[in-house]
Amino acid sequence: MKRSLFLPVVSFIGFLFLYIPIVSLVIFSFNKSKLVTVWGGWSTKWYGELLNDPQILGAAWISLKIGFVSATLATVLGTIAAMVLTRFGRVRGRGLLTGMVTAPLVMPEVITGLSLLLLFVAMEAAFGWPAGRGMLTIIIAHTTFCMAYVAVVVQSRLVDMDDSIEEAASDLGAKPMRVFFDITLPMIAPALISGWLLSFTLSLDDLVIASFVSGPGASTLPMVIFSKVRLGVTPEINALATLIVVVVAIGISISWYFMRKKAKT
Amino acid sequence: MSAFQASSPWRKTAAFLARFGLTGRALIIAVPMIWLLVFFLVPFLVVMKISVAEPMIARPPYSPLFVQGPDGWSIKATIGNYAYLWEDSLYINAYWSSIKIAFFSTVLALLIGYPMSYYIARSPEPKRSLLLLLIVLPFWTSFLLRVYAWIGILKTKGVLNAMLMKIGLINEPLIIMQTDVAVYIGIVYTYLPFMILPLYANLVKLDDSLLEASADLGAGPISTFFRITIPLSMPGIVAGSMLVFIPAIGEFVIPALLGGPDTLMIGKVLWTEFFSNRDWPVASAVAIAMLILLVIPIMLLRLAQSKGADT
Repeated sequence: MKRSLFLPVVSFIGFLFLYIPIVSLVIFSFNKSKLVTVWGGWSTKWYGELLNDPQILGAAWISLKIGFVSATLATVLGTIAAMVLTRFGRVRGRGLLTGMVTAPLVMPEVITGLSLLLLFVAMEAAFGWPAGRGMLTIIIAHTTFCMAYVAVVVQSRLVDMDDSIEEAASDLGAKPMRVFFDITLPMIAPALISGWLLSFTLSLDDLVIASFVSGPGASTLPMVIFSKVRLGVTPEINALATLIVVVVAIGISISWYFMRKKAKT
Repeated sequence: MSAFQASSPWRKTAAFLARFGLTGRALIIAVPMIWLLVFFLVPFLVVMKISVAEPMIARPPYSPLFVQGPDGWSIKATIGNYAYLWEDSLYINAYWSSIKIAFFSTVLALLIGYPMSYYIARSPEPKRSLLLLLIVLPFWTSFLLRVYAWIGILKTKGVLNAMLMKIGLINEPLIIMQTDVAVYIGIVYTYLPFMILPLYANLVKLDDSLLEASADLGAGPISTFFRITIPLSMPGIVAGSMLVFIPAIGEFVIPALLGGPDTLMIGKVLWTEFFSNRDWPVASAVAIAMLILLVIPIMLLRLAQSKGADT
């Protein structure tokens, strides 16, 4: 009897703990007053200010571009890495590749950021490329740590997948490339999509690595947010957070709907 | 190359390249391999190299490792940066303080996460998926903004103090913002899902018959929990704990936003060393020192994950 009450209560408090900050951001984005404790009435004025802030809009555009390119590159590279690790048998360097694919997942961001910046500086001194730092260097950095996530997601899908269909295709004379594009790729497509979305989210959210490898003129959205919130609560940022929550909620609902639909058929 | 055809120039080229080991297969392996070697492994060697260099007012601001002297090339390395870390109490304190904060945050996350994971794992199906979704959902929103949300809640004139004073629990506002308490809250909040997911994955596989057998043999629920459930979920406990501990050690955003000037964490020290003091060699030495600290936790994580995969 005691146990049956203890678990739900602790879990309920735990969920409250996870969601109260998000809920408070949403509520205070509509507060007319700039103070959190004073309710000045409903207002959408912070949304207006947000949409008229060229600094935030410019940074958001840069972040979206970086996120799109990095997520796409990371999905391609991560999928290749996952294929090599699951379908190529015991190739030379497999252990090294496994280590390099999983290590970025547990590497503190400050170390990844610092090491990549030092690499870019050393490369520029030695070969003159990449010339300066900016979007290109952020894209390279994001691709590197996002491909690790994609590789893990795709790898677990490939391991769970029945490989007898691939074997049948190659027995029937299909070349490895044909097997991959006609059989494997459609079957792992959901994992590729979630890997891409995960990479896109991670890239859009990254502050630390981008701060290290960025250069003048390439301030990403998190960098601008960080410089603003360091000085305290900024209602404009609450409005931005609410918009992000709404977009995520819509996205999750759509994928939930399709998953339910697929599960039913 | 069994289907070699003299008429096809493609095949000819492929056969020619294959003699040097350059098959399509090798090229495919080479793509992720070279990318990760260049952008993941080599950078660490660069960090190691710069950690033994001397700071210089130059571009880039450190001394070269290989120096061309009158009698050829020589290696110029110093352990001065490491000695400096060892001697200056700031770095030692930051090191210990990071371990302390990461350790206690992990314990707190385990104490909250274990009952939650157990509850989710024991829930009937439609509810279980929904609860899991609620755990994963915050991942998809901005981490930076979720940490920022705590400023409005915890600050002296924030939501929490206003509520506690309204219900008369306290008369004066609690000072939580810019203290270590706020950093603990931020870390537990951010990494709780990392604790819950591996624990859930482990607990959901827990065989009910073992618990029943234990009860049939006369063990009480508490005894069963400590002698059956906990030992069986050990891989989940270790994996979850390391997934909280490892990122907490190097955390920068949470101490920077929620902590105060007294909050010492090694990630923040590295950041300051690099961005404010512009001392690249010392920042590199801090990075290497942090990495050494993480070797054992990372090995524990590997072990727990391979064990979890076996069962």
